[in-house]
Amino acid sequence: MIEQPDYHAVRWKEPIIFQLSRKGRRGCSPPKTEQEIRNAVGNCASRIPENMLRKSLPGLPELSEPEVVRHYLRLSQQTYGVDSGIHIHGTCTMKYSPRVNEAVARSPKITDIHPLQDSETVQGVLAIMYQLQRWLSELAGMAEFSLQPRGGAHAVFGNARIIREYHRMNGELDQRNEIITTVLSHPCNGGAPAMSGFKVVTLYPDEETGYPEIEALKTAATKHTAGLMITDPYDTGVFDSNIEEYIKIVHEAGGLVAIDQANANSILGRLRIGDVGADLCHFNLHKSFSAPHGSTGPGSAAMGAKRELAKFLPVPIVTYDGEKYHLEYDRPHTIGKVGEFYGVIQNIVRAYSWIMSMGAEGLLEASEVAVINNNYLIKKLLEVRGVSLPWQKAHPLRLQEARFSLEKMKDETGIGVDDVNRRIIDYGLQDMETSHEPWIIPEPFTPEPPETTSREDLDRFAQVLHAISREAYTNPDIIKTAPHNAAISKIDQTPSSDPTKWAMTWRAHLRKRESEDDGDS
Amino acid sequence: MLKEIGISNAEELFVDIPQRLRYTKRLNLPHPTSEYETRRQIENLLSKNRTSKELISFLGAGCWPHYVPAVCDEINSRSEFLTAYAGDPYTDLGRYQALFEFQSMMGELVAMDVVSYPWYDWGTVAADAVRMASTITGRRHILVPRTISPDRLSIMRNYCDGHIAITLVEENRDTGQLDLADLRSKISTKTAAIYVENPSYLGFIESGCEEISKIAHDQGALFIAGVEPLSLGILTPPGEYGADIVCGEAQPLGMHTCYGGALMGFLACRDDERVVSAVPHRLITLTSTEKGEWGFSYVLPKRTMFAARDKAKSITGTATALWAITAAVYMSLLGPSGIQELARTIMEKSSYAMNRLSEIDRVKVPLFNAPHFEEFTVNLDSAYKPIQEINYTLLKAGIIGGKDISKEFPEMGNSSLLCVTEIHTKNDIDTLATALEEAIR
Repeated sequence: MIEQPDYHAVRWKEPIIFQLSRKGRRGCSPPKTEQEIRNAVGNCASRIPENMLRKSLPGLPELSEPEVVRHYLRLSQQTYGVDSGIHIHGTCTMKYSPRVNEAVARSPKITDIHPLQDSETVQGVLAIMYQLQRWLSELAGMAEFSLQPRGGAHAVFGNARIIREYHRMNGELDQRNEIITTVLSHPCNGGAPAMSGFKVVTLYPDEETGYPEIEALKTAATKHTAGLMITDPYDTGVFDSNIEEYIKIVHEAGGLVAIDQANANSILGRLRIGDVGADLCHFNLHKSFSAPHGSTGPGSAAMGAKRELAKFLPVPIVTYDGEKYHLEYDRPHTIGKVGEFYGVIQNIVRAYSWIMSMGAEGLLEASEVAVINNNYLIKKLLEVRGVSLPWQKAHPLRLQEARFSLEKMKDETGIGVDDVNRRIIDYGLQDMETSHEPWIIPEPFTPEPPETTSREDLDRFAQVLHAISREAYTNPDIIKTAPHNAAISKIDQTPSSDPTKWAMTWRAHLRKRESEDDGDS
Repeated sequence: MLKEIGISNAEELFVDIPQRLRYTKRLNLPHPTSEYETRRQIENLLSKNRTSKELISFLGAGCWPHYVPAVCDEINSRSEFLTAYAGDPYTDLGRYQALFEFQSMMGELVAMDVVSYPWYDWGTVAADAVRMASTITGRRHILVPRTISPDRLSIMRNYCDGHIAITLVEENRDTGQLDLADLRSKISTKTAAIYVENPSYLGFIESGCEEISKIAHDQGALFIAGVEPLSLGILTPPGEYGADIVCGEAQPLGMHTCYGGALMGFLACRDDERVVSAVPHRLITLTSTEKGEWGFSYVLPKRTMFAARDKAKSITGTATALWAITAAVYMSLLGPSGIQELARTIMEKSSYAMNRLSEIDRVKVPLFNAPHFEEFTVNLDSAYKPIQEINYTLLKAGIIGGKDISKEFPEMGNSSLLCVTEIHTKNDIDTLATALEEAIR
């Protein structure tokens, strides 16, 4: 049993880098122009028209190399990654990223090639991209994949664009202007179609099952329906087993179906969404396929399409003629480009390396272990006073994660999930994912322990929640004033919504502070 | 663990997935490999790539070769930064601070008070910027130069489909500068924004920005500038020539070319509540704590897709934070004088390359009579050999020539776009000149 925190975060009180600046210091010296070139070209700046010549130097900080290294080393020490400790932030699949993937992704054979080189000179990277396209097609039961999107939402947007082009081709775009989604799907399944010009119809889950009733979808699916865009499995860890029926209904109404596979970690090799009938889907390489999350990116996503829709995928697609790999642009129905060049290559290499290491058998095992971890954690957390699991009766067992509620704790003690999240870090854990909005589960929290989480970590996570629960019922003040052992104390949130106080840059901060000082005097 | 869960077989955990939907065959994927085998096989494949260390490359066009100081890779390899994600400022204080510092240093470069969380690439932030302008002005029409990067235009068309009409503005064929008469004839009170690129995709510097900004503002439209950040060591920052929104590609600030994988778009704007409210991405503000320490939080969090869902009519999410941290390291290493020096060096070397190549018979460099930064057009109409063929000959001599733009801009003839930066030596440039002369003989 854990009685109280025995942890303290690194606390450097590190100044903002501008405060460390000392006039005349320099951290690096870029390559110089040879004297012969100088002699030949003279003063280049004199050729720039006066109005386009920068008058004063940019106000960047001035530091030596060791000072820069120390500063950013300290900032890294005050950042909690997967490698730092128990970090099971839900909906994000925070699995360990094997370092061999890092080693190959950072090879000069990747870092020092240019995207516009002749394909003859980049056959190695093209082979990796082609093979990954094939492997992902096999995993999803789809015909083709594009690796161009740089994040999950980017791929969902690409899918919304394909749905649009499909209906435009059929002359039905004016009529089909609605996308149906569900409130428990990732918000990008609403944002991306709206961005593409669709009206979005959002379905809510049934109180008993945790997903929409079939009747609700039947009502929503009309001649205006362009498609269905949902996440399955959901962030609640529930697999929407109506999916087959939904797909049938939407197809009969003339719409397409795009399923967000961000939570595919629990179903790899067990269920292929293409086989179930989805027309489009996407995977997140930074979630299911072990690419690291990089402090929020670069991520990488891959969008998959079945045979009839593959012609709409962004260009280029990597093809293979039996001898050589090519970037194929000649696809007349393509939606064009959703991002520049071909995607986040380093994450493509990492995912390739990971799938290769795991093999077909390893992927199945990884899914299984992740789901065992999650259900073990569910069991442990439901023993914590104040914790409940909505839709527990219908779905006592979950897939990759579960969305719990602290409503009972909040009602009984006044301590809710935001308070618990500030306290949990005093125990040396990363804070918890609550829920995307709207919070249809009150006081939600969503841990997702991937296959790389040990049983000891799961036990510790549960013990910490027990300890915080005891505090909530006996000494709530310690939680309300938390954090106590973090790098900083409780943050003043008012600048978040006050234009006179917010400062997104140091220069804005200085300007606003100055005018505040003037106001005071 | 299964016993604790109360089941005897792990298969029972998948009870929610109907049997008939399950995939029961073996996936057609390889068998597991050891770390050694994985690495050996991948390195074997990668050995077929020929890098810019093995060949002399003159490619840019949206992804530019620059020297990356060793400290940049050191910091972005730090496991904490590499594997963190979405923790609060209490657990991820360093991540928030580094990103705030990125925003701040970009703000100094472009001379704007608001810089957002980094995003995918120049194309996507340029598209975000025109959508912001449409939201802010309530208008659904934008103007962009005909010389815009065709890839960025394609991304913009995808982002604008169903909402915003895009009209191209002609350039002066001699100087490349935006044709202000054509601009005046196309702009109206229905125009949400005029977007320009500076330096342009074709390398020349657009000198009419002040005037363009005035023309836009006179019609109640916004002025958006897309910029390459290193050029701002020497060029007037867009905040000083009237830009309302600034965007661009930050890959030159410490990221390798990575086959186009390490791009990062940045977005900056005026510190005006109406403009800030239209930014689709996270924004970090500096704040303080109960005990007077520096703290950080997100600005207007209800504004983005995360909370507003379809009402946001935009996407955001996993971004490019690791590159923003790297760019912060890069900018703090260079400092104000370093970035100025670097920009001058780039201009000197690319000027030398233009001079050197124009000495060759039948080569016209550049196509536009205007100052250029690091890229320039090379026209080989008089060489009677397509660029593709000439580039192939250069490759045999160990040189990667410029990007063939003859399909993107057919009226510019048999032309390519070359890039020369601080990493090129006089010898590299002379080698190119000699080889080109040879190739078109």
